[in-house]
Amino acid sequence: MTKQIVFAITLLITLGVFTYTTLRVISFFRFTRPAFPVRDFGKRFGVMMKVAFGQTKIFRRPVIGFFHALVFWGFCIIIFGSLEMVIDGLTGTERVLKVLGPVYSIIMASGDIFALLVAISILIFLTRRIFFHIKRFDGIEMKKMTHVDANIALSIILLLMVSLLAMNTGYIEYKTITGEASVGVFPVSTFISHFITNGHANNYRILYEASWWSHILLIFLFANLLPYSKHFHVFMSVPNVFLSRLDPLGKLPNMDNITREVKLMLDPNTAFAAPSGDTPPERFGVKDAEDASWKNYFDSLACTQCGRCTSVCPANITGKKLSPRKVIMDLRSRMNEKGPLMVKNGRDFNDNRSLLRDFISGEELWACTTCNACAKECPININHPTLIVDMRRYLVMEEASAPKDIKALFSNIENNGAPWQYSAEDRMNWAKDLVMNVK
Amino acid sequence: METRKIDVPVMADLFAKGEKPEYLFWVGCAGAFDDRYKKVIKAFAKILAHLNVSYAVLGKEETCNGDPARRAGNEMLYQMQALQLIGIFKMYEVKKIITICPHCFNIFKNEYPDLGGNYEVVNYLQFLNRYIEEGKLKIDRKSLDNITITYHDPCYLGRANDVYDEPRNILSKLTGNVVEMHRNKSFALCCGAGGAQMFKEAEKGNKEVFIERTEDALNTGAGVIATACPFCMTMLTDGLKYKNKEQEIRNLDIAELIAQSIDL
Repeated sequence: MTKQIVFAITLLITLGVFTYTTLRVISFFRFTRPAFPVRDFGKRFGVMMKVAFGQTKIFRRPVIGFFHALVFWGFCIIIFGSLEMVIDGLTGTERVLKVLGPVYSIIMASGDIFALLVAISILIFLTRRIFFHIKRFDGIEMKKMTHVDANIALSIILLLMVSLLAMNTGYIEYKTITGEASVGVFPVSTFISHFITNGHANNYRILYEASWWSHILLIFLFANLLPYSKHFHVFMSVPNVFLSRLDPLGKLPNMDNITREVKLMLDPNTAFAAPSGDTPPERFGVKDAEDASWKNYFDSLACTQCGRCTSVCPANITGKKLSPRKVIMDLRSRMNEKGPLMVKNGRDFNDNRSLLRDFISGEELWACTTCNACAKECPININHPTLIVDMRRYLVMEEASAPKDIKALFSNIENNGAPWQYSAEDRMNWAKDLVMNVK
Repeated sequence: METRKIDVPVMADLFAKGEKPEYLFWVGCAGAFDDRYKKVIKAFAKILAHLNVSYAVLGKEETCNGDPARRAGNEMLYQMQALQLIGIFKMYEVKKIITICPHCFNIFKNEYPDLGGNYEVVNYLQFLNRYIEEGKLKIDRKSLDNITITYHDPCYLGRANDVYDEPRNILSKLTGNVVEMHRNKSFALCCGAGGAQMFKEAEKGNKEVFIERTEDALNTGAGVIATACPFCMTMLTDGLKYKNKEQEIRNLDIAELIAQSIDL
């Protein structure tokens, strides 16, 4: 009974902190702008099954992608065991999901095997991060803290897997020695238990209990650290894939407020049909965190800074400042900075800083070729180019600021209807004296 | 061999005669003004004549569809150009558009519908591939069979619109020696000209993107770099010049390769 009370209190604290964090994040989302309507649930479900659960995009890098897939699939299975632990903890039962019968054995056996596979994968990840120089983990946006953050999260996952295996091993040995009936199948832990020959039943009971508590407390700790870490990814990535933009990568979203203005200019008669301007004029494009859409912000929370985007960016490869990963990370940092201030002082609050310039420079934005290599590469369907173009939209339409060649491009299109200084009169010159061979 | 003069049909002229072509052939600004790219447009116009396709061009009424302005952030200018063109298309009752430039293809296909411009938009590679598959365009392999060709995927055909197979299918008909660059299809590296980069100096870095991509192409050992986009052509041709390879290795558009193989 004491165990149940202690467990219930810990769970309550965990949920309390988690609720606080969630409400905080939601309060930041309220400042963001609309993106696209979330429809086509069937299609979205398909994308989620393929990209998230099928891990198709992570496999674009087959070797290291495979180890990530193992970790992901492992989590999907092991979570059933965690759920069982919560029920057991609250109700005082032991392995309550055994009612599932053979299904339970399958879940436990795969969880036990995956615990080992995940642990091995995490060791590979940690070794890579600590002892090898991986170019993708470098860059101006990769501070010392971002590496520490990654190593902490990986270490916690490793401890989770170790405690899980220790728990299962203790359970099996204890049951075997005492002759009590055990439930579930644990191939890896059974194998490990063969190496431990001496010991009293009571020691195994303690190992089981201690690992049980360590495992569940680590989960509670991890769950509450994640939202403040780049590993918020663990919660946000599957929903982020479900909420993917479904348009072709080449399509930019239309600015309907501009369409209204242009239609007025082209046909002044519609001015009388247009509703009176009772809504305050909205800023064109993105200058600061609150100008970004909810999807941009969601992307930034789901990003785990893997840097696949930046590693395929033509601008970044050739030494330009632009790094698509940085753009996404900067949005999250800026919202972390300005979000609380806006909660306190309202959305219009101005702290004399902005995402544009204080975080992301014009030089970075103008280096983008909109080639969509970053968006194609992102394992969780983050879309960087739409945000980059939205920031260019602010620069051009609100500040008339652009490289001089780009300004010349605009005036050529305005005056000649072509990006170069040629006259429309010459548009058919190519067709003069056109002859072909006939047989 | 006899030759025949081709009169490229212009929309306004056909309409004056009460005729309505099936396709609008969108020449694009590069096709109209870039001396190198005019050759590509001519090659495609010859193929259209060879296939007896019912089409017309807008001619002097054609104007930039706003793509570079839009990608450079000038949504206002883009929409002015777009709404103006949608008006012209409406006047000529345009239903089907053929484009060569992938950027024009993308904007008509994906972005004009948001402004009320809905058309059946087809890229010339999809169009030609259909004719080849239906047996209406017969390609003679003789002229190019011994030449090794590598294909550079334009971002706005490949990643942006998932057109990867048609160009490869066409090239496999032209030669038995198609080689891939190590970054190809959805992994292809941009030539460096998209997103209005074509019209400006690149930001400071340690290399030009077009040189990086030209090196990919040179590493294949191919004798011909096939491109399918006016910007890619400019960039990769510049890359070949930079590497002093423009004598040995040629950068040709797929339309030119087809026209050459059937001796138009």
